[in-house]
Amino acid sequence: MNWSEILAELIRKTTSDLPADVEDALRAAAANEQPLSQAALFLAALAENAALARARSVPMCQDTGTLNFFWRVPRGADTAALEQATRAATELATREGWLRRNTIDALTGVSIDSNVAEGCPVCHFEQRSEVGGQRSDAVEVWLLQKGGGSENMSRQFSLPDDAMRAGRDLEGVRKCLLRAVWEAQGYGCAPGILGVCVGSDRAGGFAAAKRQLLRPLDDVASEPALADLERRVLDEANQLGIGPMGMGGKTTLLGVKIAARPRLPASYFVTVAYMCWACRRRGARVVGDKVEWLG
Amino acid sequence: MSMREIVYPFSEAAVRELRAGEAVRVTGLIFTGRDRLHKHLAEGGAAPVALRDGAIYHCGPVVVPEGAGWRVVSAGPTTSVREEPYMAKIIGEHGVRVIIGKGGMGAATREACARCGCVYLQAAGGAAALLARRVRRVAGVCLLEEFGATDALWQLEVEDLETVVGIDAQGRDLFGEVQAASGEALQRLLK
Repeated sequence: MNWSEILAELIRKTTSDLPADVEDALRAAAANEQPLSQAALFLAALAENAALARARSVPMCQDTGTLNFFWRVPRGADTAALEQATRAATELATREGWLRRNTIDALTGVSIDSNVAEGCPVCHFEQRSEVGGQRSDAVEVWLLQKGGGSENMSRQFSLPDDAMRAGRDLEGVRKCLLRAVWEAQGYGCAPGILGVCVGSDRAGGFAAAKRQLLRPLDDVASEPALADLERRVLDEANQLGIGPMGMGGKTTLLGVKIAARPRLPASYFVTVAYMCWACRRRGARVVGDKVEWLG
Repeated sequence: MSMREIVYPFSEAAVRELRAGEAVRVTGLIFTGRDRLHKHLAEGGAAPVALRDGAIYHCGPVVVPEGAGWRVVSAGPTTSVREEPYMAKIIGEHGVRVIIGKGGMGAATREACARCGCVYLQAAGGAAALLARRVRRVAGVCLLEEFGATDALWQLEVEDLETVVGIDAQGRDLFGEVQAASGEALQRLLK
């Protein structure tokens, strides 16, 4: 396989094959809801949808989202060639019906049917002398597909916030996160997953928050204070009663993943990337002509 | 939970019988419409098909050409509240009986549903592969050139499309109730 083929296959897997941890969480949540309730019904439908999309290689959600490719490459890798390959793969995947024609010219409103344009798809490159702690010639790439409904529910708070009585501490962060979940209601396709960044500047906050969505649901922040906050916000958000699709129930969030980044003395941003239940993340690790699928 | 069925053309009497929280299966012709179509209609643009006693599905499907026609690959609901500024006017002027979408809508739509005899049905957001399976046929497409494939009006023949009544024609809005109750829970947690 050449890089375009590998990346097209990565798109096919990501768009049609919900990660096992998320699907397991949906099934567990369905069992936890009142039998025959709307919440149980919707969660069961989402799990069934995931199985069907996988079996038929079709998008699990028609909003195939913004494509973010997160690369880890050896020093001196030809990132321009890899970026070109992601564009070719995106065009191919669109022709195959794995991606919707999902790109609109912001000024004219005209559909860019190939899904390839300036900044589309998005590539983030990180050069490292060692990838995965071993061979230095390995290239690792993760794809995150995030739909517009959930992206519209992402938020950035600047602390202190008087209206929420939220100060510049983790208690203030907790208030922001619960507020964001409440604002999202069912609009972002609950049950959702929060990727969060405390600190950084405005742009860096969104980048780091979105990157947290690559973490598996059972991954816990290494910093104990953040790990505690992740657990607490998950528990409290699920007491809000918003439920799947915002029609009530016990399952409002499936996970909370928080990172902290250095900030300026004057700034204290809390950035929330709201992800829908269709948390599409898959990866590939390539060494020579060997491809290992990740996630 | 009781299960209801409605079939196109949707009569006002059938729609007024539905109650918030009931499961409803939709069969017959439905029309997809998103941001472009709603803006177009609300600004007085002509409807390319008769919408009276019809259903608008807030959906931009993934479709691929097949033979002389089209095949729907993936067709879940999009977030309905974006159409809130336009919806009440369209319900009133075009006699739309059924809105299918996700996430719920606002007070103006709730009032238009009660006044005109219309319901809002919630489909499982994101369950696009499952919902596409309920599409029997693409009967036609309008405004494809003007709006692009995602925003075009697709005429879909569906069978047993599973939904739940979110806003009924009696003035009850499940989403509004959940929003209010969760707002009170939020205040308790923020203390």
